[in-house]
Amino acid sequence: MTQHIVSGAFPFSAIVGQDEMKQAMILTAIDPGIGGVLVFGDRGTGKSTAVRALAALLPPIQAVEGCPVNSASPEQCPDWAEIGSKNVISRPTPVIDLPLGVTEDRVVGALDIERALTRGEKAFEPGLLARANRGYLYIDEVNLLEDHIVDLLLDVAQSGENVVEREGLSIRHPARFVLVGSGNPEEGELRPQLLDRFGLSVEVTSPKNIDARVEVIKRRDAYENDNGPFMQHWRLQDSALRQRIVAAKQALPLLKTPDSTLRDCAELCVALGADGLRGELTLLRAARAQAAFDGDAVVSRVHLSAVAPMALRHRLRRDPLDEAGSATRVARAVDDLFGPQRAAAE
Amino acid sequence: MMLPPLDPWARALLVLRLLHVDPVGLGGLWLRARPGPARAAFSAQLASLPLAQTRIHPGIGDTELYGGLDLSATLGAGRLILRAGLLAEAGVLTLTMAERCPPGLAARLGQTLDARGCALIAMDEGAEPDEQLPAALADRLGLFLCLDDLPLAAVSETISGDFNAARALLPHVVLPATVLADLAITAAALGIGSLRAPLLACVAARAMAALNGHDTVQPEDAQRAVELVYAHRATVFPEPEEPQQEQTEQEPEPPQDDTDQGQSDQMDIPEEILLEAALAALPRDLLAQLAAGQSTRATANSGTGAARKGNRRGRPLPSRPGRLDGRNRIDLVATLTAAAPWQPLRRAQAPHHAALHIRPGDIRVKRFQETSDRLLIFVVDASGSAAMARLAEAKGAVELLLAEAYARRDHVSLIAFRGEGAELLLPPTRSLVQTKRRLAGLPGGGGTPLAAGLKAAMEVALQARARGMTPSIALLTDGRANIALDGTANRALAGEDATRMARVLCAQNTPALVIDTGKRPADALRDLAVVLNGPYIPMPRADARKLSVAVGAALDA
Repeated sequence: MTQHIVSGAFPFSAIVGQDEMKQAMILTAIDPGIGGVLVFGDRGTGKSTAVRALAALLPPIQAVEGCPVNSASPEQCPDWAEIGSKNVISRPTPVIDLPLGVTEDRVVGALDIERALTRGEKAFEPGLLARANRGYLYIDEVNLLEDHIVDLLLDVAQSGENVVEREGLSIRHPARFVLVGSGNPEEGELRPQLLDRFGLSVEVTSPKNIDARVEVIKRRDAYENDNGPFMQHWRLQDSALRQRIVAAKQALPLLKTPDSTLRDCAELCVALGADGLRGELTLLRAARAQAAFDGDAVVSRVHLSAVAPMALRHRLRRDPLDEAGSATRVARAVDDLFGPQRAAAE
Repeated sequence: MMLPPLDPWARALLVLRLLHVDPVGLGGLWLRARPGPARAAFSAQLASLPLAQTRIHPGIGDTELYGGLDLSATLGAGRLILRAGLLAEAGVLTLTMAERCPPGLAARLGQTLDARGCALIAMDEGAEPDEQLPAALADRLGLFLCLDDLPLAAVSETISGDFNAARALLPHVVLPATVLADLAITAAALGIGSLRAPLLACVAARAMAALNGHDTVQPEDAQRAVELVYAHRATVFPEPEEPQQEQTEQEPEPPQDDTDQGQSDQMDIPEEILLEAALAALPRDLLAQLAAGQSTRATANSGTGAARKGNRRGRPLPSRPGRLDGRNRIDLVATLTAAAPWQPLRRAQAPHHAALHIRPGDIRVKRFQETSDRLLIFVVDASGSAAMARLAEAKGAVELLLAEAYARRDHVSLIAFRGEGAELLLPPTRSLVQTKRRLAGLPGGGGTPLAAGLKAAMEVALQARARGMTPSIALLTDGRANIALDGTANRALAGEDATRMARVLCAQNTPALVIDTGKRPADALRDLAVVLNGPYIPMPRADARKLSVAVGAALDA
């Protein structure tokens, strides 16, 4: 019986602390090519709140009106969609929720039962993957997702295309999306293949600082009971942040990446024994996004060390005897490699 | 001033009143009670809640929860008929047998609760302490009530009255910033990590104030809220530390902007009183546990996938009526059998329909018992000391265990450690002959790299778990580790390494047991078994058969 009208998601800027998580979200908003964020951590630390708030930060995209896969131009629209309009309109970047209990049909799309039953036509009803094209796909409690859905997602994430061959339908459409997941590691592990799909990974813990905790409760209480003024205040901050993100997006192609930075990337990954080359690539992209966000013209060690933990944490071989956790291992390697520079920067 | 703690039934009534005032805001209630007169009396009172009530069970499917296509109605009517899910229309959901709620359902309900979609009453009938509501739900439900051990005699009055006034007052209740801060501090002092707890306490305090007709939350309102919301969440026994009190004394000092001075004097609830209120409401045994410094969360469940994911599809069970939701497989024969008796009747009803008449109610789905295979990892000490004394005996014991494992269709794996490291002699297998051959050829001699042996075992265990097996470790050794993980002969370091490895194994919830094959029981091994959280079985001159019985009992437990 909440009589208060609570409108809109909790604003991103109003989230207290959790700087790493916020940083990761901002980086992925600047450069979707980083490949999404995985947020793992304790209950009640604002994981879902942050992801839902992300939508407000994303710059709008240009898409054909009414296109189920958000095509950028009319000629890219799939022919099965039967779109009448050729207008390209600006619409918010899609952030699609993938609920846990989702069926395969809902994810990949299926025969449009309504049209099949009522008009006897064979038509394709696009699923969540279509709607998430050029946007974000958010999975809450990602570690509890059913295995067959995970297989599906891995397959599509790999190819960037969704192929439907079922019920006499034969359809393919682009499905390029950024995965954003959250979960609580106590409830189950994530499959390594899926883990690898996330560009950045952050761990969140409940704030230990009493003042921070009090502040969290205060803001949440204001959000629920004094919504109007609260939203007004924080929306301004959110829009300032969004402008910064848009500016960073524009600055991104102009950034200079010296060879020494590439070398640093490689050295860091070798020192940590990260599997594959995806670590280096993600690290570099994240560092570039960070540099763009900071307004710097050249990507340097400062940016590398700022993003190294979140880009590499989940790519390390697990060392069971190292109780410190992989974040500390990354930080240690960063200190070993770029120690003096980092100290100078701080 | 501190209110006396409530007696159980008064507490139950207060919970009911709060639920009447703000059920959705509070998330709901975790009711831990076995069926009995007290629970029946309480449930009867629950029926008077102002919202629509729906009962759900842990096996409920997504179609029921979220709605979907109503296939039979659609086919009957010839147009699309969708059925709304329970979550769409529910006011209050009552989840029966909540202790059996699977994590997937808990996550779905949690998402609904986060969206303030409904209130949930979780009827937890768990008998054992580890049969509990999933933590994902327990965290989101504001109130907790335990009605076990409450005799019918204690059930006296019932709630009555009109809560409309309180409900009308609720939006106007002011929660002073100092009270809010105190609630947050109290939660931190009780070791409650989740920030949902203080938020729920704020909601409860507001509801409490509305119930008492206060337009500002009074100290006693906050105190009751703490009692109801924090007591079952506490994980540490707060130390009456000086720095903490200093902090709270500083807290009210900066003049809060929104409360005027006269009120804020009155509002100063010393945080200790809130803390005491929570402590007074703690269950007695919990208090003892906390005081002993033991965390109640020691028995964290080992993740969801491991136990249920079989690497084979398991033994088929009798099929049962069900719905084809894309995950079930139809049992065609059983479905036809179920439909067969009705054919003449149905044919009479629909004569133009020539084929078989099968209705949704006839559908039978296949079920499998998905037990995951067990893997027994033997970690055998083949060092010089053991080889001299009892390697033969240990081999005999392992052979007997092997025979038993074979009879139970368990997988076995064999790791030997000696000299400077451990060697995986046999990867997980079911072949008894092969195991016996490898075991017979097991050479002895060298140092005791216990940590290396445990590490090898852990690697096998992790791999096995990833393949859906349930590993357990049997460690057979005669004494102290003297080779460290890096291969150096350093007794102190070796012992330390072994203990660290054991701690990691224990943290991964791998069941293990230690069999001491030495001439006399070694204290170091006993300590190791404590770290591993497994049984310690000394084998002073015991025969292999006795050992096998002991191991079987320990691993089955």
